[in-house]
Amino acid sequence: MSEMRYEAPKTAEAAVALLAGASGVAKVLAGGTDLLIQMRGGRVEPELVVDIKGIPEMRTITAENGGFRLGAAVTAMEMNEHAAFSKAWPGLTEAAMLIGSYQIKGRATVGGNLCNASPAADSVPALIAAGATATIVGPKGRRDAKVEDIATGPGKNSLAKGEIVVSFLLPARPANSGDAYLRFIPRTEMDIAVVGAGINLTLDGKGVCTAARVCLGAVAERALLVQPAADALIGTKVDDAAIAKMGAAVSAACRPIDDKRGTKAFRIKVSGVMARRAAAIALNRARGKN
Amino acid sequence: MAKQHVVTTINGNAVEFLCDTRQTLLEVLRDELHMTGAKEGCGTGDCGACTVNIDGRMTCSCLFLGAEAQGKNINTIEGMAMGDKLHVLQRKFLEHAALQCGICTPGMLMAAKTLLDNNPDPTEEQTRYWLAGNLCRCTGYNQIIDAVLDAAKELRGAKA
Repeated sequence: MSEMRYEAPKTAEAAVALLAGASGVAKVLAGGTDLLIQMRGGRVEPELVVDIKGIPEMRTITAENGGFRLGAAVTAMEMNEHAAFSKAWPGLTEAAMLIGSYQIKGRATVGGNLCNASPAADSVPALIAAGATATIVGPKGRRDAKVEDIATGPGKNSLAKGEIVVSFLLPARPANSGDAYLRFIPRTEMDIAVVGAGINLTLDGKGVCTAARVCLGAVAERALLVQPAADALIGTKVDDAAIAKMGAAVSAACRPIDDKRGTKAFRIKVSGVMARRAAAIALNRARGKN
Repeated sequence: MAKQHVVTTINGNAVEFLCDTRQTLLEVLRDELHMTGAKEGCGTGDCGACTVNIDGRMTCSCLFLGAEAQGKNINTIEGMAMGDKLHVLQRKFLEHAALQCGICTPGMLMAAKTLLDNNPDPTEEQTRYWLAGNLCRCTGYNQIIDAVLDAAKELRGAKA
């Protein structure tokens, strides 16, 4: 086993310089809840680990343009404890709080969940449904990307060598908006999603849906943003017929695999059920109920 | 092997150690500092037997590099009793027979203490969810939950 260098830089630019300059495998260490397990199992043997938790912009939640700037290395627990953030984005917060035990939630980060690129990542469909933008720092400077363009397949993401996701911009919240995330697991806690569904919607003063985003987890090689499902809700009062049409669009878009956690047929059916239930919760939130 | 020099605080004491950069905090505690209270069950963050408290958060020390301990405030099971005087949680675990083989107990106690530090009056459901990351294969959990709730009650009474 070769030597591994550990670095804890104080700025994103310094982290990028380290990662870009590495000759061998270089890994970003955020909460470590995926990376240290991969290292222990011998699946990854980094020459360099860059611990980014000393970088202030990656560790804070701040107000920006009426929305929130969420540091990529903010933990699930910290999101949950941030009263204004968790009130504005209860669905995203709940999605992050589904990840593992309280020990894990205190370490696991949304940026890590995204970049680790598990198709079953719980916070990712909620983040995509929220319409979040990722800010990326790399050797060529800063750029923004849609969150749905980051993960490309199991364990794979679109970041170039030396690039890191430093934060997410959650856009300003119009009045009468609500989000929700639900997942199916065969127990009550501590499991990996068989199907996940994140929904974010906005109503006008008359209760008509003016904007919606529907994103699924664990039913494809990466989180799936389903435009036909959103279209089924937009322009309606999100009544039972619209929700049923949305659920059918969700099931039609799934392209899952059979594995030990669920069959293809089961996932296709249950994705519609989870999406319908999540839509009902998001609708209640948009109407100002719970 | 690349060695990392780390200065940290463990149970209120300043501690310095050298560790390999790949070593987890659990390995540092057990193999370098000879603090064997934290146990390795799974080594992958599933069982909670290695739970310690770092800057107020309960953490699986198997998923935390020794190098990350720089400047942190760490509390382990070794710091729970005051000399020969057991912490209320430890005493309640004995009274309620909340352990048999004892492997999960240090992690269970650290997790329970973090719960009561943050919430002096947890419901049974909150307690069960809080301890969901700590596996016990002996007790069936009921005695553990009883012990934690009884300890919480006694601690509340002591403060009143």
